[in-house]
Amino acid sequence: MNETISDGALVTALIAMLGGAIRVSTPFMFVALGECLTEKSGRINLGLEGSLVLGAMVAYAGSFLTGSPWAGVFYAGCAGLVLGALHGFICKLPKVNDIAVGIAFLSFGTGLAFFFGKPYIQPQAPRLEAIHLGDWTGDPRLAQALEVNPLFFVGVALAIFMWWAFRNTRFGLIIRMTGDSAPAAKAMGVSVDLVRFIATAIGGFLAGIGGAFLSLYYPGSWNQGLSSGQGLMAVALVIFARWGPLRCILAALLFGAAGALGPSLQSVGISQGYYFFNAAPYILTLFIMVASARSKAAAREAPGELSITK
Amino acid sequence: MTVQPLSMASMKRRPSIGTLKFAESIFIPVAALAVSALLFSLFLLALGKSPLMFFQLIWVGGFGSSFSLQNTLQRAAPLILTGLAFAIPARIGLTMIGGEGALVLGGLSAAAIAIPLVTAGVPPFLTLPLMAMAAMLAGGLWIGFAGWLRYYRGVNETISSLLLSYIAIATMNFFVEGVLRDPASANKPSTMPIGDAYRIGAIPGTDVHWGLAAGLILAVALHVIMTRTTFGFAARVTGGNARAALAQGLPVGKLIVVCCLLAGACAGLAGFYEVAAVHGQANASLVAGYGFTGILVAFLARQVPLAVIPVAILFGALAAAGGVIQRRMGMPDATVLVLQGLIFVVLLTSETFYGRIPFFQPKRAEERT
Repeated sequence: MNETISDGALVTALIAMLGGAIRVSTPFMFVALGECLTEKSGRINLGLEGSLVLGAMVAYAGSFLTGSPWAGVFYAGCAGLVLGALHGFICKLPKVNDIAVGIAFLSFGTGLAFFFGKPYIQPQAPRLEAIHLGDWTGDPRLAQALEVNPLFFVGVALAIFMWWAFRNTRFGLIIRMTGDSAPAAKAMGVSVDLVRFIATAIGGFLAGIGGAFLSLYYPGSWNQGLSSGQGLMAVALVIFARWGPLRCILAALLFGAAGALGPSLQSVGISQGYYFFNAAPYILTLFIMVASARSKAAAREAPGELSITK
Repeated sequence: MTVQPLSMASMKRRPSIGTLKFAESIFIPVAALAVSALLFSLFLLALGKSPLMFFQLIWVGGFGSSFSLQNTLQRAAPLILTGLAFAIPARIGLTMIGGEGALVLGGLSAAAIAIPLVTAGVPPFLTLPLMAMAAMLAGGLWIGFAGWLRYYRGVNETISSLLLSYIAIATMNFFVEGVLRDPASANKPSTMPIGDAYRIGAIPGTDVHWGLAAGLILAVALHVIMTRTTFGFAARVTGGNARAALAQGLPVGKLIVVCCLLAGACAGLAGFYEVAAVHGQANASLVAGYGFTGILVAFLARQVPLAVIPVAILFGALAAAGGVIQRRMGMPDATVLVLQGLIFVVLLTSETFYGRIPFFQPKRAEERT
């Protein structure tokens, strides 16, 4: 008797994890793609966590004020863009450490979001609608798991585009060259500072959209504890994905699954160690960083100008 | 005749390079603070608030009365310790931002070891040192682990120490909501209170707990260690150029791990005082952001342990005044966060001016010829 119950519970937990992985992975994916672009150009932006939180707040406020969640998404991107552009501008000054500036923007972005976000904790803003992909299965659990937000597909399409663009376009080549060897880029007449400025700004835009997903879809409201370091884990995720946009999707899904572990176990009544399972994504990230830090594949594919791998 | 005074002026000796560097390292952070204050005033004006009132309230709420001064010092105590926790690894070239995690874990360890000791009735003069040692050990091992990963496994210490912070907070929640939970703590899960008999009292004549004294002593001690001992010299050489240090035969790996142990012990000790002097138990109140503000404190102090003291007091005042600002100006409590973030950004931008302001540069007439 016990076995049948636990079998059913296992399936429920697995399905919840599948749905959770897709849901939880989307913000990871956007931040990781933004960070991937920035790091490909040879700079690190640890401040994307700040862009993410500010983006979440701006998206919620934008959606509440305009009544259109997609307008909120756009505003969130713009907020991230501004923070990213500031980061890019400051880092091009000589003697400024990009990692430290990232920490500063982490705290500045979070502070701004908390400051302006106070009035939006209570009201209900229109949320993003999901696409129902699983209704044909007839299984309510599957149907719920397969409610996928359109932003997920936008992220996947973006990753494929970036993968293609890095290989096949002039701009992709310029970014890779700037990231691998600034002197070579200079010799080709490319303005290294400008390329990195643009890459950091666009990276911030993407992180802002990742934040919009948090407040407008899942968990789907704005509060101060909304982000729990997704922006920072995404930085580690990019290293794990070895700076490949397509691998970023897979890594994000893996992180999403780890993040969904706690809630999906709770959905079948296992609440013992809930807080421990909440730590799973961080522990996973740490393990991955240890495993990939000295690997030859990572060393081969890391952008040469990146201070994080030195 | 008119030439005479000019040549007299040029005869006047320029201050030594050391003095110039010192003046530069005071002037630039102070200027950065002033610029941040200016920018924040514009921010307040744009919101229709009075900057004058804001800064006046910071003064009143931070230093205005003996009560607010003691409140400031109370908050400065953990900031000194977490500032040191960032500054010491920074001297050896690491950007270690895990102070928050070490503080939380230190507090948890102190509270955890207190439970059997208090239950067994071990007297406070034995229990408290044991709690402090547990806290320092836990914090030290936590940050030391990040340092070990950095040197022996090549893992970026900034990201790993931050991840460790999240893991530490999750660990604290896990224990506080589980095994170590005091059934009496209904609304806010906490460990068993250590009881008034085991609380650390205030420094006589004040309301400030002994954590302030510990912070001051450690700041001075670490300053001496970092500037006057062989160990400190070796650490600074490593921070300047790790490859050169290796080539000189310095034990770089050991130096890094020891510096991180010291740093983590400082943050862990801050957690001990939060438990033994402020809260009396471990709970989510430990996650108060002291670890993160400590990073800013250390940056503003230019990673000089002695300079951490005044900067920590400044930010302690800012935190102490937060409540007054919230009440009197009707602004959210995140106002202080915005100001801190702004100072942080401006301060790091100001790094670019070192060595570029002509006034502070030694004359190099001989080299140019």
